[in-house]
Amino acid sequence: MDLFATVLKRDLKLAFRRWSELANPLLFFLVVTAIFPLALPPSAPELEVLGTGILWVAALLSSLLGLDGLFRNDADDGSLEQLLLSPAPFSIVVLAKVVAHWISSAVPLVGLVPVVALSFYLPGDALGVLVVALLLATPTISILVALGAALTVSLKNAASVIGLLILPLCAPLLIFGTRATDFAAHGESAVGPLYLLAALAMLAISLGPIAIAAAVRVGLE
Amino acid sequence: MNQPAGVLEARDVDVWRGERCLVRGLSFALHAGQMALVVGPNGAGKTSLLRLLAGLAPCVAGRITWNSVAVLDVPPEGRGEIVYRGHLDALKKDLTVEENIAFCAALRRQPHGFDGLLAALGLRELKDRQVRFLSAGQRRRTGLACMRVAAARLWLLDEPLTNLDSAGRDTVRGWLEEHLRSGGLAVVATHEPGELARPGTILVEL
Repeated sequence: MDLFATVLKRDLKLAFRRWSELANPLLFFLVVTAIFPLALPPSAPELEVLGTGILWVAALLSSLLGLDGLFRNDADDGSLEQLLLSPAPFSIVVLAKVVAHWISSAVPLVGLVPVVALSFYLPGDALGVLVVALLLATPTISILVALGAALTVSLKNAASVIGLLILPLCAPLLIFGTRATDFAAHGESAVGPLYLLAALAMLAISLGPIAIAAAVRVGLE
Repeated sequence: MNQPAGVLEARDVDVWRGERCLVRGLSFALHAGQMALVVGPNGAGKTSLLRLLAGLAPCVAGRITWNSVAVLDVPPEGRGEIVYRGHLDALKKDLTVEENIAFCAALRRQPHGFDGLLAALGLRELKDRQVRFLSAGQRRRTGLACMRVAAARLWLLDEPLTNLDSAGRDTVRGWLEEHLRSGGLAVVATHEPGELARPGTILVEL
């Protein structure tokens, strides 16, 4: 576990030293959610109906943006080989990298979402559920995209390939996430979809790193 | 380290890169205190062989063992005995020299003190500088410092002399001398075997 902390700290330090790369997905999220109302009927009821879906799709797409270089940056300068040869199970190292990425990208996004949600007339009751649902869904998204990044570690421009590979797998998250937010917006109990999101996150966090580690290993050979 | 004598053994190993087989049936054994120099023209498979020895790629044919365990099956705890430095320096450009070396030390569970090492490599004045602002030779020195802090038994080095000035080369030679004398092992891919060879060195020609 000491190596988990070592890799986590290093990746966080690297992420915040290149803060412009961190800001890109957040700005993307802001811009996408800002242009939707321009193309839609600008009245409150319509935006309220569509808002949940727009927020979730924008959040999903923006989290696809940043993960492309998760392993390739390290592969290009040779440090991925050093991580692979470190005296710890590689899946632990992988998990540390994904957690670092989640902290530096998903957490700021989740902080931004309530602000944007207000501009879609989302009822105050639903805001809390939206944030919780995003906090439960983003770890799964991070793991899935990391898997995509690992499988394409030897390709040059892989962002679109990762999108094709991963977006279909994100469908359940989108369904449960929007459902939870909708239920809350209509004053119903949202615990069902939230539990399902939590279950998916557990599954991803426990099995994902093993699959990602194997994919990186094959990609580097 | 009270480990048993280190033995690196390659038996009938084929070296492949992609779809091409570069070397067939390579065998050698390396014992404590011995160095092997891997020589051959560009593209002969020196790097591919080092990657095989490091366990970064599986052996298509033959068997490579470290203390009688196949290198790919060496458990994570035992991997600390082996250090591999490829032709890339494996440094993060956004981190400083000191941060890079400290990370390598932490990754190998080694203590943090390495002021003497920085001084020996002439990096003391550069330690707070980001690697992106270093010259190729200074980067290579930093990479070598990362190799040194790993305190490994078996060194696998890919062209360690590249980009180094004569003082840097002397340092590397001194390290190798000291490492071998204290019972370490080294496999070094190089184009300058004359610079590194010493009595008892095995020459692996590809």
